[in-house]
Amino acid sequence: MGEKVLMKGNEALAEAAIQAGCRYFFGYPITPQNEIPEYMSRRLPEVGGVYLQAESEVASINMVFGGAGTGERVMTSSSSPGISLMSEGISYIAGAELPCVIMNIVRGGPGLGGILPAQSDYFQATRGGGHGDYRLLVLAPSTLQEAVDLTMEAFDLAEIYRNPVMILGDGFMGQMMEAVEFKPAPERKLPDKRDRAVGYRARRGKRALVKSLYLDPAALEAHNMKLKAKYDLMADRETRHESYLVDDAEYVVAAYGTTARIARSAVRLLRDEGIAAGMVRPITVFPFPYAPFQNLGSQVKEVLAVEMSCGQMIDDVRIGVAGKVPVSFFGRVGGVAPTVDEIAEAVRRLRKS
Amino acid sequence: MKEVRIFERPRSMADVTTHYCPGCTHGIAHRLVAEVIDELGIQETTVGVAPVGCAVFIYNYIDTDMYEAAHGRGPAVATACKRIRPDLTVFTYQGDGDLASIGLAEVAHAANRGENITVIFINNAIYGMTGGQMAPTTLLGQKATTCPLGREAKVNGYPMRVAEMLATLAAPGYIARVSVAKPKFILEAKKAVRKAFETQIAGKGFSLVEILSTCPTNWGMLPVEATDWLVEKMIPFYPLGEFKVPE
Repeated sequence: MGEKVLMKGNEALAEAAIQAGCRYFFGYPITPQNEIPEYMSRRLPEVGGVYLQAESEVASINMVFGGAGTGERVMTSSSSPGISLMSEGISYIAGAELPCVIMNIVRGGPGLGGILPAQSDYFQATRGGGHGDYRLLVLAPSTLQEAVDLTMEAFDLAEIYRNPVMILGDGFMGQMMEAVEFKPAPERKLPDKRDRAVGYRARRGKRALVKSLYLDPAALEAHNMKLKAKYDLMADRETRHESYLVDDAEYVVAAYGTTARIARSAVRLLRDEGIAAGMVRPITVFPFPYAPFQNLGSQVKEVLAVEMSCGQMIDDVRIGVAGKVPVSFFGRVGGVAPTVDEIAEAVRRLRKS
Repeated sequence: MKEVRIFERPRSMADVTTHYCPGCTHGIAHRLVAEVIDELGIQETTVGVAPVGCAVFIYNYIDTDMYEAAHGRGPAVATACKRIRPDLTVFTYQGDGDLASIGLAEVAHAANRGENITVIFINNAIYGMTGGQMAPTTLLGQKATTCPLGREAKVNGYPMRVAEMLATLAAPGYIARVSVAKPKFILEAKKAVRKAFETQIAGKGFSLVEILSTCPTNWGMLPVEATDWLVEKMIPFYPLGEFKVPE
């Protein structure tokens, strides 16, 4: 504690999960997240945990379902195509209200796509991915330190809301090295893991039933409304963002994750040129921080969404801005990251148009 | 005369009416599982995993902790539960669509890893809940709603012998095929189910009991005709017996 260590992103994520109390990992290899399962396979037996390489992502996520049902801290990690395969299981986990953490080190798509970083799975992460009316709590760190900090909190959040939490990273975050410090998460009141888990029948005097089936429409509607109330509560209590030089900004860049790191440099460059630029950076992308966009000052002339996608988060930005000012888009895709100069130039173009 | 109770509902079987069709043998298979759980005294420490299919509501009938898994994924769910809580007895109950079709990878890899779980596999050669479609286990010539003229090898391949296939693997501890179509088979089936659970409790690895069962509704037969058909048609293709026993 209190000591900075230089670590690769994927390994830092894995170590943070272990320090957060995760002892069970079920996964399947896929680039660019392989260092997470590799690290786990080495470290978990040292701390009395279990690492198991499943036969597929489909099996991995169903092992997470089974593991989460015991009330213990379980996780998996994957990258875009693997998350697609897991989507069915994630829907079941959300339906059965089980806590777990899923790390998604996003790569370019669609299909097999490529193995380089992308943000093209924003819709998948924030709009479900699997079937049914469910949401994940999606944390989108921008630096490795933030990735570590959010991972330390993710397991608590999953248990409090009995909901899967996704760490939405990207290939840059997984592969880069940075100094990180492992600090304990803020203390939160957690539910007793034995309340609903299997394996505590004698203690509880009542059996556990882990399921997502509600054939009676009235019962399913009630279940859906209960989930909805939970997601509303998440929106109320867990929405996070960072505003950077927004108070007097005329041009506001909206960016998350690795893109926000690059955009921050672009904002500084523009400020040096005398252009009043700022940035709103969502830290949770579900729940999405609409408020900072709703409350933009009257001096704001335009918002520019910058993503490593063809434009996905921009939909949420537009919902927040609600037509008050124009919202435009700049993105690079296919594993290509926008440069500082490209983002700055995109803002300069807004001024000319 | 003193009254002696010679038959009663197993304690691990909930006191509810099942939704199964008349003549369906799921009820017998459920009962055997419940009886074995009672006999081994493990009701409080047993966790079942329900399939998708007719038997999804086994979670209402077997009175233990229960998961309801996604279609075919029971062995993955059971794997994690047992790895995390080796003190529990964990079983899946799966039909032939769930296990032999969509979930073949999960059961084969759980077996190959030697997961210390028990699988009760109901083979009735057809999809029940969805209304009588062809299963991987449907016999050649057998009619189903998706092979209305009967299963043809050149179109649909051959029926799959799951017990024999999994018995080729090194890790499994106990693999057997039984039937519940006639009273004499039921007694043998009970022994196999018990051996399977005992294999798990002894830590001797993966155990699976394939239970040949009837589906009179989707076979288009009366219940008694269905039991005869099972004996005459299914058993010759799916021989009963133990394919792997613990050393």
